[in-house]
Amino acid sequence: MTAEDTRATTRPAPTAASAAIPDPRPTPLARARDPLTVVALVAAALLVLPLFLDQFRLNLFAQYLCYAIVAIGIALAWGRGGMLTLGHGVYFGLGGYALAMHLTLARVAEDPMAQGGLPDFMVWSGLETLPLLWRPFANPAFALFAVVAVPGLVAALLGWSVFRQRVRGAYFAILNQALAAAFVILLVGQQHLTGGTNGLTDFPTFAGNDLYSPEAQWVVYVIVVVTTALVYLMFRHVAGSRYGSLLVAVRDGEDRVRFLGYNPTWVKTLAYALSAMAAGLAGALFVPVMGIISPEMLGVVPSITFVLAVAIGGRYSIAGAAVGAVVMNAAQTTFSESFAGGWIYLQGLLFVVVIVFAPRGLAGVVQSTTAALQRARRARATGGTPDSTHRTSDTPQGTDASGSPR
Amino acid sequence: MGRARPGSAATSLLAATTLALSGCGPAGGSEDGDTVRVGMLHSLSGTMAISEVTVRDSVQLAIDEINDDGGVLGRQIEPIEEDGASDEATFAEKAQKLLQSDDVATVFGGWTSASRKAMLPVFERNNGLLWYPVQYEGLEASDNIVYTGATTNQQIVPALDYLVEQGHESLYLIGSDYVFPRTANQIITAYAEANDLEIIEEEYTPLGHTEYSTITGEIEREEPDAVFNTLNGDSNVSFFQQLRSAGVTPDDTPVLSVSVAEQEIDGIGVENIEGHPVAWNYYQTTETPANEDFVSAFQDAYGEDRVTSDPMQSAYNAVYLWAAAVEEAESFEVDDVRAALDGIERDAPEGPITIDGDTQHLAKTSRVGEVNEDGLIDQVWSSEEPIEPDPYLTGYDWADDITEVEEGE
Repeated sequence: MTAEDTRATTRPAPTAASAAIPDPRPTPLARARDPLTVVALVAAALLVLPLFLDQFRLNLFAQYLCYAIVAIGIALAWGRGGMLTLGHGVYFGLGGYALAMHLTLARVAEDPMAQGGLPDFMVWSGLETLPLLWRPFANPAFALFAVVAVPGLVAALLGWSVFRQRVRGAYFAILNQALAAAFVILLVGQQHLTGGTNGLTDFPTFAGNDLYSPEAQWVVYVIVVVTTALVYLMFRHVAGSRYGSLLVAVRDGEDRVRFLGYNPTWVKTLAYALSAMAAGLAGALFVPVMGIISPEMLGVVPSITFVLAVAIGGRYSIAGAAVGAVVMNAAQTTFSESFAGGWIYLQGLLFVVVIVFAPRGLAGVVQSTTAALQRARRARATGGTPDSTHRTSDTPQGTDASGSPR
Repeated sequence: MGRARPGSAATSLLAATTLALSGCGPAGGSEDGDTVRVGMLHSLSGTMAISEVTVRDSVQLAIDEINDDGGVLGRQIEPIEEDGASDEATFAEKAQKLLQSDDVATVFGGWTSASRKAMLPVFERNNGLLWYPVQYEGLEASDNIVYTGATTNQQIVPALDYLVEQGHESLYLIGSDYVFPRTANQIITAYAEANDLEIIEEEYTPLGHTEYSTITGEIEREEPDAVFNTLNGDSNVSFFQQLRSAGVTPDDTPVLSVSVAEQEIDGIGVENIEGHPVAWNYYQTTETPANEDFVSAFQDAYGEDRVTSDPMQSAYNAVYLWAAAVEEAESFEVDDVRAALDGIERDAPEGPITIDGDTQHLAKTSRVGEVNEDGLIDQVWSSEEPIEPDPYLTGYDWADDITEVEEGE
């Protein structure tokens, strides 16, 4: 279907202008094409998938979409901004815990057995009153606000202080990773506030509705699908805007951008905070989908997995990253269900194959295939070998310039 | 099947598919009615795999034995295996898959408390039945879980009784930083106050921590009468090695462990832990006729060098207890099986066990043992008879503060 689209829109204008100018500045036609494709995909997810998948599989798909939202954010920060962030589990966790805290309080409020209106782990940990930190989360509006605000704020503060010191590349990646490790230790250590390694689980109600009913699960699914689409369109817009170009410029030559009079600190901080907010949102959606959030899901390994999904999908393409997250997680489920004993080796093999044979990920494969097809068509039309040499060299999204750590 | 009817037109599509998949007829039954599907959900990858694979092996052994013997209600047991991958969300996801897509009759699985807590809501809302095989921190009694390991009054409390009997007056508490050690130490602290035991220090280290020289140094300096060890996993290896290097011997300061069984001793090194006490309900050396059969069957199936441990034995029992309850209920339906649980007895490798229907825990004998030079554990003390399960410690006055939590569900 997408191949059809591509052909339909590129055929009227196969001139060098439209073919050679890539992503950040699409033609008006291509601009309109994108939202239309997204709407078609949303409709397919909502109307067609339920015909083939049972509730458990739909739920799994919603879970993959949560990871896709994280991937979209990372694609902006890493692919466009060159900030290799190995700690997005932290922001995923902050968003997830913000909503989970509210849902936990909602459960406790309806449970006449709960002692002193406290979650069970607080009682075991010797607390007698609800800690101050938890109080505002009784309000659903505050919790929803915190889902994006807290990750955004933390990332903005961290980003600002780090980028101002011109920390980048591997140092930034290590710093992020350390942050993820420290965050997990904090969550586990503060058992009376966080539930420790068990995390928070069992969320029967939201705003008075039974979250476990098939209707509610369906509503959650719809929300996840629509949110994914909106986040994608928004990040797509940001990447295609003037700011998006500036971000790529900072990635490829931070000092040059500084000499031109821009402040790279703010450019990078904004992208980093936006990607953290996407991760927070994903974490919050993950909570009603999977019914649990725990430190295990936010540490170093899950953070690396987020980045791997983006690498598989193609970090320079926002759509590619999202598709990569869905494909990778679907592959993981398929492998582990088919080979409970050895799936992890298959997954490892998938990573190796993709990184070796398709360093720009699935999106890179699609781009080169489309380009090859176009060249072949043009060759047939003109009857000779076309000017393929310069076209392959001018794919700016594909070049990995100095600003981007690997 | 108690599934809520869809109310709105928007959900009817989805509901149609779910209803079609949920099917009619007995839970877990295949079309031809020759087999009954059960789930096996343990970590086959990740940090917990080394422990959980042994439990999986025991469950498989029991299933094979029952199948060779004609199955349950004339049906062969067909295990469906999933990997929990040492990750709570994966446990929740796979539990959901087993219950909703595979429609299994019951599930044997879990090891860590975190994995159990993650699976609990899934089992409750799908009305499944989980058999959980590991000793744990108590304070829980779900209608949808049968706990075949010990709760605190069958392991930690008897271990404390043993230490007091031995004349120890001060304890040093060391544990991994998660829910089991923290809850265990709360219980220990409350017990200590009531029994004039002095708690010298309460230390926690992150899971997987390996640097214990500060703590072993402190133990050497403070000279507690005994150490109560709730460390989990690899940390035990470093802790016992460094303890021995610090010159602390079991004669000066015995270190009583509640998470070190036969399976772990090899990794720790026999020379490092020999002579230290451990508390469980079962050892490979436990002298019962059922245990002789179990150990030889297990070693025949998996190799002479394999050891058997308490969680393995509890998982093995779980399959037999479930089969007995199914036979008693003459049904695979969870509600019928649950109704039949109370009073199911078995002469298990650990001795006689009985299911208590109220808490869905087992009455079982408590045992303290000492690690011997072969890396096995010799029993040095046991309760006179099986101890009734008391997950909320309602029978202990000193535990009032801990256990005012909801009762009776």
